[in-house]
Amino acid sequence: MATVTYLEAIRQALWDEMEQDERVFMLGQDIGTYGGAFRVTAGFLDKFGPERIVDTPISESAMIGCAIGASMMGLLPVVEMQFIDFISCGFNQIINFAAPSHYRWGQQVPIVVRGPAGGNVHGSAYHSQNPESYFQHTPGLKILAPGTVADAYGLLRAAIHDPNPVLYFEHKYLYRRLKDELATGSDGVVVPIGQARLAREGRDLSVITYGAMLQVALEAAGRLEGDGIDLEVLDLRTLKPLDQEAILATARKTSRVIVLTEEQTTGSVAGEVAARISQDAFEWLDGPVHRLCCPDTPVPYSPTLEEAYLPNVDKLVAKVRELASY
Amino acid sequence: MTTTGKSWGPLHPKTETTQPAERLAKTGLPRERQLELYHFMKLTRMVEGRLGNLYRQGKVVGGLYSSLGQEATAVGSAFALEAQDMMGPLIRNLGSMLVRGVQPREVMMQYMAKSDSPTGGKDGNTHFGDLKRGLVAPISMLGAVIPVMAGVALAGKMQGKNLVALTYIGDGGTSTGDFHEGLNLAAVLNVPFVLIAENNGWAYSTPVAKQMRIRNIAARAAGYGIPGEIVDGNDVLAVYEVTKRAVERARAGAGPTLIESKTFRMKGHAEHDDAGYVPKEQFEEWRPKDPIERFERHLLGNGLATEDDLKAIVARIDAQLNEEVDFALASPMPPPERAFEGVYA
Repeated sequence: MATVTYLEAIRQALWDEMEQDERVFMLGQDIGTYGGAFRVTAGFLDKFGPERIVDTPISESAMIGCAIGASMMGLLPVVEMQFIDFISCGFNQIINFAAPSHYRWGQQVPIVVRGPAGGNVHGSAYHSQNPESYFQHTPGLKILAPGTVADAYGLLRAAIHDPNPVLYFEHKYLYRRLKDELATGSDGVVVPIGQARLAREGRDLSVITYGAMLQVALEAAGRLEGDGIDLEVLDLRTLKPLDQEAILATARKTSRVIVLTEEQTTGSVAGEVAARISQDAFEWLDGPVHRLCCPDTPVPYSPTLEEAYLPNVDKLVAKVRELASY
Repeated sequence: MTTTGKSWGPLHPKTETTQPAERLAKTGLPRERQLELYHFMKLTRMVEGRLGNLYRQGKVVGGLYSSLGQEATAVGSAFALEAQDMMGPLIRNLGSMLVRGVQPREVMMQYMAKSDSPTGGKDGNTHFGDLKRGLVAPISMLGAVIPVMAGVALAGKMQGKNLVALTYIGDGGTSTGDFHEGLNLAAVLNVPFVLIAENNGWAYSTPVAKQMRIRNIAARAAGYGIPGEIVDGNDVLAVYEVTKRAVERARAGAGPTLIESKTFRMKGHAEHDDAGYVPKEQFEEWRPKDPIERFERHLLGNGLATEDDLKAIVARIDAQLNEEVDFALASPMPPPERAFEGVYA
């Protein structure tokens, strides 16, 4: 097994799928000759040709709409948003065309829309967003946010073969920072959609998280060991549909929960997780369920401002200590 | 009638109404096929007539939309497609759906939200599709079907299916971003795609002059480097011929065409709307151009049908619709638990 980056795992998943299934093709801006803004598709044009690596105009709505139409015809399109922030330009196609299609008229729309999400790279307001909560509200969609190399690979492969429209939010901060061993090709492991993963077992307090915040939670857990606080970390991986069982199980086990995400707080996925715990695990709780997210501001540019904006290990450790002594 | 590089014609070209022989566009369609065109236009109007009755009886649970006066555009264009071709009809394209094999009872049950409707009561009106009959269901957000049908065309090209994808847009719908994005993408990818812009004068209560400063929607084709055609949308033979040329062009690999069909919406936006904002003179101008009456004059005047032939067609439709209405009325309402089913495939 080779050691690869999170980005290489995404690239490999696309490569393996395109090699193994001729129905898979890609639509995106600058994905061909240039190989994508983050080089995820470098080398794909030479290998798979312009019929399957389709460079498009700057038309997110048309790209997604075109993928919807192609998917109805039996193809498996993967649409790259150059930055996931631009998914807002294709919002209508996703929430009104793709998402309700099966409910309305029984038509499957097996598309994947993927792209780099998240901050901490000084991308400012339009290259740092976490748009998951806009879509969390919409029935018919599946939403994935991998936080490990294995999940980046395995969830993307699952997404491509899911019969529903899937949004796959990859965290650009992890692209080249996160490395791990990965089996690929016919040995590659597909990760089922809809299952959270217990990233760390612990007794005292649960942190429920996903994406780049998973690493923050694990680092905080290491630091808190010295204080005698044993953190449990649940990596959601799939945001829609949420793994209700795993969420309630960890809440009932430790009785104290922090939901740690990189979204603005109001109307967040974290809010939905907290609500479910409050509703269905209330009697097990020893303290309020806390959302540790970003403030309700746009993503700021300057490093000092962005550091103030994002959750980090220090902020999480402080919140854990506060809740542990509640 | 290619507009590229030429000066634009009048907004709504004058059509001759001399009786008895209506001079419609030249066609190679044999008599039998022309009588089928008549059948489908008449069927469209009579289905909508029955739907109007059901609406007034309180049986239609939502809004009711009509294509009165526009039947030739829907029927003539759908007639130009082959079996393998795909279509994305909009709300005023019931005629296109009937040509593709949709049964009147399906549409009636949709409007009445019945359990046996194509969507099982989950959606209404003509918002249903069936890929086996080459039909993609639209959504209410106008323009959105354009990139989707461009994707259908792209897939057909990749799969070597030799198909053409066709959809429609109204004059108002051409103001959307998806109209531009979708048509531009289709042009750039050179996919086999035909877009028919039905210029019926009004988008709900908004006249064309408030949607655009150009006189002809077809002029927009130049912006995408594709042919733009203008057709008399109330001449079913002209619509058929112009669509057939565009479809053949697309099938030959020459890319998309934008066709502007000049027609008129003879009712309000929907059944509740009396269209009081439309100047009476416009209705008076367009009433003699009724596409079905013009086609009748063509058939009779050119010896392609007798009065009795046409009466027989109408009588057959009438008898069929009696059965269709009875069937649709007999279908139960859907069971409440269905509301929770089918979100995911």
